[in-house]
Amino acid sequence: MVTVSVALSVRASMPWSQLSRWMRFPLLGVLACLLFVPRTIPAEDKNPFAGDAKAAKLGESQFRINCAFCHGLGARGGGRGPDLTRAQKKHGSSDKEIYRTINEGVPGTAMPANGTTSQGVGMTAEEIWEVVTYIRSVEKKATPTGDVAKGDALFHGVPGCATCHMVNGKGGRLGPELTSIGAARSMDSLVESVRNPNRRLAWGLIESTKEFPQEYLSVNVETADGKKYSGVVLNEDNFSLQMIDMGQQIHVFEKDKLKACEISRESRMPAYDAKTLSDKELEDIVAYLVSVSAGATASSE
Amino acid sequence: MKAMAMKRLLIAWSMVALASLACSTLGRAQQVTYERIRNAAQEPQNWLTYSGSYSGQRHSGLDQINTGNVKGLAPKWVFQSGALGKWETTPLVVDGILYGTAQDNRAFALDAKSGRPIWEYQYIFPSDIRPCCGRVNRGFAMLGDKLYFATLDAHVVALDARTGAVVWNVAAIDYRKGYSFTMAPLAVKNMIIVGVSGGEYGTRGFVEAYDAATGERKWRFYTTPGPGEPRHETWEGDSWKIGGAPAWITGVFDPATNQLFWPTGNPAPSNRAAQRVGDNLYSNCLLALDVDTGKLNWYFQYTKHDEHDWDSTQVPVMIDMDGKNLIAHANRNGFFYLIDRTDGKLIFSKPFANVTWSKEKDAEGRPVATKESSPTLEGNRVCPGAAGSTNWMSPSFDPQTKLFYVNAREQCDVFSTAPQEFEEGHAYYGSAYFPSDESLPYWGALRAIDPMTGERKWEFKHVTPSWSGVLTTAGGLAFTGDMEGNFIALDAATGKALWHFQMGGGVVAAPITFAVDGKQYVAIAAGSGLFVFGLP
Repeated sequence: MVTVSVALSVRASMPWSQLSRWMRFPLLGVLACLLFVPRTIPAEDKNPFAGDAKAAKLGESQFRINCAFCHGLGARGGGRGPDLTRAQKKHGSSDKEIYRTINEGVPGTAMPANGTTSQGVGMTAEEIWEVVTYIRSVEKKATPTGDVAKGDALFHGVPGCATCHMVNGKGGRLGPELTSIGAARSMDSLVESVRNPNRRLAWGLIESTKEFPQEYLSVNVETADGKKYSGVVLNEDNFSLQMIDMGQQIHVFEKDKLKACEISRESRMPAYDAKTLSDKELEDIVAYLVSVSAGATASSE
Repeated sequence: MKAMAMKRLLIAWSMVALASLACSTLGRAQQVTYERIRNAAQEPQNWLTYSGSYSGQRHSGLDQINTGNVKGLAPKWVFQSGALGKWETTPLVVDGILYGTAQDNRAFALDAKSGRPIWEYQYIFPSDIRPCCGRVNRGFAMLGDKLYFATLDAHVVALDARTGAVVWNVAAIDYRKGYSFTMAPLAVKNMIIVGVSGGEYGTRGFVEAYDAATGERKWRFYTTPGPGEPRHETWEGDSWKIGGAPAWITGVFDPATNQLFWPTGNPAPSNRAAQRVGDNLYSNCLLALDVDTGKLNWYFQYTKHDEHDWDSTQVPVMIDMDGKNLIAHANRNGFFYLIDRTDGKLIFSKPFANVTWSKEKDAEGRPVATKESSPTLEGNRVCPGAAGSTNWMSPSFDPQTKLFYVNAREQCDVFSTAPQEFEEGHAYYGSAYFPSDESLPYWGALRAIDPMTGERKWEFKHVTPSWSGVLTTAGGLAFTGDMEGNFIALDAATGKALWHFQMGGGVVAAPITFAVDGKQYVAIAAGSGLFVFGLP
């Protein structure tokens, strides 16, 4: 706030175009002169601001403007985007890879290109590096305490996770595919999803370019001839519904031809309390998912 | 790599354009005169201007397709733009030829009956353009035998309607400062009127007029007054220089009073108003401008000192009812306004969607913002959200049902400030917004409103908020689309859906209707396709 009002008072006396970006921040400007920082930061492979607290602060502001809508405040994950406080990023964890992800976007996902080299309100290379610096400043190393082998056995065993969830091509498809979920969400939010699956349903687990991602809403349908189907909504429009039933068969219905169609925000997933799944067992499952996701994410260079 | 691919694409497109030029036998001259546009209602087989007529009603007198037979509507042809991104165009149809613009400033003329291309055109813009929200364009204006469109690098271009050849091309302003054009120009008398985009870049908004024959600028009205001009004091310090207030949607024209009614957008930066204390005129206004001089006759400000990015860039609709000359405006801020267009006085304002930002009205009946709705660093949850209770999608007024139709959005967001310094030509939001934890998914509805009372007559719910405009016809129908890809025909009186077609791409455009050889068609862009429907 202070810096901005300084900027405005400077502007009153000088034509805008003659002021470089750095000169508008007198303090930074002096610093820039001393350190010979070039005005435009090139798209290097290494973050020129690594560990710089000031750059992280500027990056936080840029993050709020450009990223928080999907990735949430504090980069903890939001309606669409993964939790970025995880050190392991789905689309690459090195400075260069994160820069590329921000600058060019990720084809086939809701992640747009955010650099000035692409369409839209873009961030400069300098601002992207500030965002990278900010992300680095909020990263926490995921150190699961659980036992991966036990988690693997539990996931595919009695608690029944694999009945509905697929990992590495094995399991059901009634719920979200979870191969890389360990890298996309914090361990806390994974625990919460198991203990209280209703809270947000599958908020943000699916990368979709629709206004809203598939949310795994529950649906009960009765056809005109009295057949009943229960399951999960795959997608829906004003006139039709595509669902996957509990037997994992896919159906499409015209809504106006149905005798009944109830869609609810109650998740099909049972809420696992400490009796059905102990804290220790849940830790093991989380450890398994984090370990699986490590193999599923892009390799660091 | 990217540049190479682009170049190849452009070469391919120019070859297509050349080939179609060489083979075209349909290059007959068409003359769209000012008189024809003024009397557009007398030739409902054509769609002569962005909103169908100067009134902005987006209503057609065609009734061959009606509530009785709309069930039989079927696709007749589809034209693929070949480009990606939101396709926001409203095509024009003149004497059997359909003229449209597409993403990336492409343009084309098609035989309206068959969809066969007569010519195609690609405007070439620099790689460092500054569109805020996609490489979009909303369409042409036509006058004489020329088509006019405005570009992403802030040029205004005239094309020969017979060939697609450029007749003139003028730079309105330096795009590198953050300016662009996305709206369809309005042709009035011998002038082409445009309004600029760029409110996200700390620009200075304007509406301006060009000589249709030469491209010479006739006047420019800046939407933030400079020193010495009236209402300059509504801006703090120099904030007027970067105050935004763009004018990115096509206004309407009243031949009886020789006035343009043009809506303006939000002040910049959108959510952080600390350095722009004041009403920030003429942001979020309806401007009554003398069309010959660009002189301001009166203004009405919908949202004073806006802090929520609620552009008032919705088509204002001229309605003459009960002996009154009115403007109906469903605003992004969630209120429906009825305004006397003889003097700009508000008749009433009433919410048409869920609104939390205002609990009381001022002496003139305008909603006043609560203190709690003002964005903070931590953020405040406010309804409507940043995209508003509606956005730029065209409404419609049906003189038969006397109802006003608008696609409403139900959405709340957390609005927060994000300190950012101004840099010319660079995005300048100073703000952030995001869904709150408590936010339920957004949804939407097509709502039919009695413009005289603001009362809702019916609504048709959408699964997610629609970005489609609305068309009403003398056949008793209201047409609209949705983000799930449906094109929908409803009974305009009851809101009952009578027909729909799944087009496989979201609708971010407005429907039109036209007739060729006595047969009525309905057209809308969805995804990368322009879909045209007719009866068997």
